[in-house]
Amino acid sequence: MTAFVRDQWYVAAYSREVGRELLGRTILGEPIVFYRTGDGEAVGLADRCVHRRFPLSESRLDGDTIVCGYHGFTYDSGGSCVFVPGQQRIPRTARVAAYPVVEQDSFVWVWIGDRAKADPALIPRAPWLADPNYTTVSGMEPLNARYMLLVDNLMDLSHETYLHGGYIGTPEVAETPIQTEVDEDSGIVYVSRHMDDAACPPFYAKSTGIEGRITRWQDIEYHPPCLYLLHSRIAPQGVYPPAEGPDDQAFHVEVVYAITPSTENTTYDFWAVARDFALDDEEVSRFLHSNNHTVVMQDVTALNLLEQVLVKEADGYQELSINIDTGGLAARRILKRMAERSRPEGAVTS
Amino acid sequence: MLTGPRVYRVDWVLGTDRLRGFCFCGTSYDAEDPIELWAWLLAHPDSHGGTGPTEPEPADPPSGTVRDRQPVPA
Ligand code: FES
Ligand SMILES: [Fe+2]
Ligand SMILES: [Zn+2]
Repeated sequence: MTAFVRDQWYVAAYSREVGRELLGRTILGEPIVFYRTGDGEAVGLADRCVHRRFPLSESRLDGDTIVCGYHGFTYDSGGSCVFVPGQQRIPRTARVAAYPVVEQDSFVWVWIGDRAKADPALIPRAPWLADPNYTTVSGMEPLNARYMLLVDNLMDLSHETYLHGGYIGTPEVAETPIQTEVDEDSGIVYVSRHMDDAACPPFYAKSTGIEGRITRWQDIEYHPPCLYLLHSRIAPQGVYPPAEGPDDQAFHVEVVYAITPSTENTTYDFWAVARDFALDDEEVSRFLHSNNHTVVMQDVTALNLLEQVLVKEADGYQELSINIDTGGLAARRILKRMAERSRPEGAVTS
Repeated sequence: MLTGPRVYRVDWVLGTDRLRGFCFCGTSYDAEDPIELWAWLLAHPDSHGGTGPTEPEPADPPSGTVRDRQPVPA
């Protein structure tokens, strides 16, 4: 099983999910409680009271402090205990860890690992999600499967033809050769599949209004470990970007996934679909949301099933890789390398 | 397209079952098994005695590829 990659930023939530209610999420096995202060700042604290480890996410907010729901230890937004019941003296070690948190591109990112290395400039971007020139629908599905299965799933879109036929899959997706690139220095994996003459799947026919065949490009840009971007270009068949000027005869959809490991066998599957057309059309938004949700759930169901199978197999189980797996294999290798480099000295791995 | 100095590229050769891998040193190799191909690429320079990053011949990208698409700065 691929180990976790620490010393990285992970998407913990959408900004809209973090407010004046306490939100508990487990990221890379670390339970964290999120909330927003009265000043609007997102906060992430270790979600275990230092007293008897009651989950703070099941407690209550009082102003900007959390009052533990069991015996009342009270913590400020920096994690320091400011009140203990029945006594004046607050033990010096009474504090919970505060996590580095950054809000960007509609996500709440949290740093897991050595805090000294938490540089916000390292967070990969998904600018469309907060760009007024795009309209976005999004959601999050908890996945009962190891995160690597979602990485595999997203790196090879030929599964669309089989698992998502009738939604986003058409025969051409599985039949079109792909180009795979790996930047050894940045760790970015790029997989592109350019279909010059393809059927228009219902997902795009209905939302763009295109009738007939299309030129369909899929350019995957995976920034391991967490952020996955699929630049999708849909145009009437034979319409290519002009040499100069905007590519305004085409429809662009930026599909964004954040793959956040929760535990060894569970994952948060954040998905967003940003489009540069029909910006104010509520019906298109509803359609894309429900359609993409269906597609995501098809993956979730398949990956949950796969996890049930794999968990019973010995490590190093037999697989057979073919051409479509070129990008997935590259992603696995990069993640393995990152996990090895981020492992704390002397740590034992599973 | 990625444009860094150390980019490995694998093309699925059109109309065949073959994969063609290009090391950043400019050397290429064909295989029918992606595992074999990655093993060869990643063994640079041991597998093919390349010297280091050079300007490889740009291969034909898929038609109409936006060549100057930069990855969003990480
Ligand atoms: S467990 Fe939190 S105050 Fe006792
Ligand atoms: Fe899928
Ligand atoms: Zn080489």
